[in-house]
Amino acid sequence: MAGSRGRGRSQFTFNVDALGFGRGDSLPTSAHTPSPLFPPMQFKPVPLHTGEEVDYMLALKQELRASSKNLPFHIKAFRTKTDVARYSDKYQNGETKNNCIEWSPDWSRMPKELCIKVRKPRKTGAKPQLTKKTKVAAGKEEVLQKLETLEKREEEQHSEEEEDEGKKKQNEEEEEPDADQDYDEEDLEDETDYIMSYFDNGEDFGADSDDNMDEAVY
Amino acid sequence: MTTEIPRYFLEMTAQEVRLSGLLLQEHFGDVVEKVGTRLIRSGVLTLRALAYETKLPLDLVKKSLCVLMQHGMCLFGAGRRGPAGPVEYRIISERILHMLRYPRYIYTAKSLYGDTGELIVEEILQRGQMTMSSTVKTVADRLTHNMPEGQSMDYSEVVSAFSRLVETHFLQRCPPTASAGSSSSGAVNTPLPAVKQPTEPEEHPECYKLPYINLTGQGKRRRSSEDGEADQRAAKKAKTDDSECGDEGIYWQVNFQRFHLHFRDQAIISAVSCKLDQTSSEIVRTMLRMSEVTTPAHAAFTQALSANEIFRALPSSYNIARPILDQYLTLLVDDPMEFVGKTGDSGGGMYVVNLHRALANLARATLESVVQERFGSRSARIFRLLLRKRHLEQKQVEDFAMVPAKEAKDMLYTLLSENLVQLQEIPKTPDYAPSRTFYLYTVNQLPTARLLLQHCYKTVGNLIERRLYETKENKRLLEKSQRIEAILASLQATGAEAAQLTEVEEMITAPERQQLESLRHHINKLDSSENQVDETIFLLESYINSTQAAR
Repeated sequence: MAGSRGRGRSQFTFNVDALGFGRGDSLPTSAHTPSPLFPPMQFKPVPLHTGEEVDYMLALKQELRASSKNLPFHIKAFRTKTDVARYSDKYQNGETKNNCIEWSPDWSRMPKELCIKVRKPRKTGAKPQLTKKTKVAAGKEEVLQKLETLEKREEEQHSEEEEDEGKKKQNEEEEEPDADQDYDEEDLEDETDYIMSYFDNGEDFGADSDDNMDEAVY
Repeated sequence: MTTEIPRYFLEMTAQEVRLSGLLLQEHFGDVVEKVGTRLIRSGVLTLRALAYETKLPLDLVKKSLCVLMQHGMCLFGAGRRGPAGPVEYRIISERILHMLRYPRYIYTAKSLYGDTGELIVEEILQRGQMTMSSTVKTVADRLTHNMPEGQSMDYSEVVSAFSRLVETHFLQRCPPTASAGSSSSGAVNTPLPAVKQPTEPEEHPECYKLPYINLTGQGKRRRSSEDGEADQRAAKKAKTDDSECGDEGIYWQVNFQRFHLHFRDQAIISAVSCKLDQTSSEIVRTMLRMSEVTTPAHAAFTQALSANEIFRALPSSYNIARPILDQYLTLLVDDPMEFVGKTGDSGGGMYVVNLHRALANLARATLESVVQERFGSRSARIFRLLLRKRHLEQKQVEDFAMVPAKEAKDMLYTLLSENLVQLQEIPKTPDYAPSRTFYLYTVNQLPTARLLLQHCYKTVGNLIERRLYETKENKRLLEKSQRIEAILASLQATGAEAAQLTEVEEMITAPERQQLESLRHHINKLDSSENQVDETIFLLESYINSTQAAR
């Protein structure tokens, strides 16, 4: 191999034409910077389809997106208020609570361990139930929960007891109110003369800004 | 985002996981997105493990799992430790991606079964699964709401639309879950099946059997004037008191596979219509309609149909003579796209629709079109050449494609760098010396289709993220415009004067109005693009699944 160094110096082992440039030409310039983020396109994209079908599906898509935010399947985490306790807390509607589910699935089709309380919207005029149906309390969780329910103004109906693993769960569901009865949030839940928005202490203003959720759907 | 390699199997690619996360977030919020993404990445998890890994409170994890299971996206079963151990959960990945296609399913139901069918499918899609009676009541109420005052939709009409959807298999019963939730007094743990195999709904013999329900009446009109809030609350309350109707425990879900077969047929028919003519496409439509029930899901071709049968089954509006039909069939068979094949001569000729071949050709056309639109028609010519001729040397490519050498090199290298074309080395000598090796360019349709499918998933992910960004940037303006619309609506409802209305309208300045208009335009474009990319996704997925089933 060392002997052929002189003779085969100007020969390559492959076909030079395949490289795309000949001998003596300058090499292609090397890149100094990363390629641009949005390089100008040589071929512009084709315009989108148009037509009645396309418009209808577009409208459907946007409607679905908007309505799915209002369904109970859209789960928002309940942010615990770490501030001082306020008078208006009594009149805040305890909407998003982590330990209740806002719709009633068929528990017989789900594993037992997923059972949690079902929360029903309250009817107008019905007094909040401060006394719960007494059940046999078992375990620390039970006592803590009882204290929690007795402290705040309740909207949930106690539909089941929580148990440790291995115990049976029984599910009670109250009958749903008649469809015609409208649930008017503006009305009073308790004995006050003010509408509920009076008790809005502005804590929610700007609180959602750290979410990545778009609230306004176009 | 860190990509982890799951312990057992990698079911979803990185792009699919990203898109699934975005879709879950859009429909169900951040919490469900966290839980869902965690499950996708880790494969199978117990409740405790899931709560630990997501760092979410246990109750939120439970709620999220309930949501996912309600929508058929998650399964549960006995874990690795057997029936005595904790329950394990598993995500059904393709079900999440189907959420992208919901508008198409609903629109198809509308085109086949009218507004009633449309609302039935929409309700069941949004709620995951519903009983027949609650669906009927909800849909009747919604239809009544849109009817003029005094009219209402009778339940029987909705029931008949529902029945037709079930008869044509667009809706099916949810498969029974082997849950141990029976309320018998003995605390016996019925053994759960292993979570690996989801039960196919069609294995259940009563999959398409309609229950007898005792349901008469008409839709109710909501009397509240505040339609916005009433809508929300009525939507939240799923009608659950079906105890009087006799079908409790029987839940219905959308049969996605059936819709996909319908889309596939539509794609084939429109391809024939474009390539040949309207009459040919009607013949193919008739053939597909006749073999709807007899063709299994992933069959490569339909059952053989005789020309006599086809002639009898043609729609009456197409009265073509029998010899003309034969000519059309011959034309279809001879066409290079091979939509229709001839398998025999009895009964005037036995013909089949080549489903797999048609899908492969449609996928190929898609690939070629992508190359053409991104790299130009000469690159597309080279690409098509390589698809047909399999392996070619550089010199041969230049000659066959009639492209000058330097440009051919350039185009080939561009395609190579995009992974659309592969290089195959065939050595003449064992030392792989470059001067003594053949370098052949080649295109493989299946891997290229897979690559393009991943690009599509990435595209949709990008579209969604851009839309979220645009909405977030203009959040303040959007909220302001919504507030003003609400004020206008309430003013109009209480009968305000025109002067007041214009005063409120002027609260949005002209440049703001323009900004809103351009934002609306952008978002519409992004949404429409998502729908259009989904059409390509469907085509490529169908081709890939059909090829895999054929093996």
